[in-house]
Amino acid sequence: MTVDSFKWLPPALANYYKGMAIQKEEVPWTPLTKPLSQCRFSLLSTSGIYLKGKQPPFDLDRERREPFWGDPSYRAIPRDVRQEEIGVAHLHINTSDIEADINIALPVHRFLELEQAGEIGSLAPTSYSVMGYQQSQDEWRERYGPEIANRMKEEGVDCAFLTPV
Amino acid sequence: MLARAIEAAGISTVVVTMVPYLAEASGTPRIVAVEFPFGHPLGHAHDRDEQLKVIRDALRALQEIEQPNTAVHLPYEWPDFDHWRTAWHPPETPPIIQWLREQARQRAEGKHQK
Repeated sequence: MTVDSFKWLPPALANYYKGMAIQKEEVPWTPLTKPLSQCRFSLLSTSGIYLKGKQPPFDLDRERREPFWGDPSYRAIPRDVRQEEIGVAHLHINTSDIEADINIALPVHRFLELEQAGEIGSLAPTSYSVMGYQQSQDEWRERYGPEIANRMKEEGVDCAFLTPV
Repeated sequence: MLARAIEAAGISTVVVTMVPYLAEASGTPRIVAVEFPFGHPLGHAHDRDEQLKVIRDALRALQEIEQPNTAVHLPYEWPDFDHWRTAWHPPETPPIIQWLREQARQRAEGKHQK
């Protein structure tokens, strides 16, 4: 079975994506050097998850005023996050299922279970959340992507599990 | 894009996506494709078995993919397409869509006024 990338998109959006000029660049490559049972994992979601009361939500009001802008910042989500602590700020998806169960987008509890079972070495102290509506990826490429990568390295992360929405 | 930055920093990445077309075109190192609606990369809320199934498949791909920019396509079907085709939409039309529709409306009006 080949997944249809356009199955869920209305025709106008599908055409937009198909027409996008995408830069095919050199693919970076870091081979695994040890079994997953020894690897530390960090997670990344593009669903706009944040910690209510502790972190500002992604700036949706600015996006409403400037439709071509999307908040490029990220939020650090701790491994012991509880479902009740999260909010989800994203104007392009129905967020209610993530608000019911974080694991469909940022699978922290599933990875804690895999850690318990010894299938992975560990879940890192910190995982990451961004908001996926970005017209320009410059800030991600130049600032926030490298910042997230550096923080992962500081926590001894071997592998990153990314689940864009 | 974020996967590329993280991989370039020396961390092995795997991306689970419903749009493998874009992931492949943009040079993502390891891709696992799922035909799930937007907002649901790992499955239904509270369906622990489904989530673990997709995660374990993705972890297997992380181990087995040897060629950069390879996509593995998972075979799982998402039931009730008629409902989910629009159920993934946000409650409020996104600002960019509102803006584009307004542009189209103004263009159409401009034509009628000629």
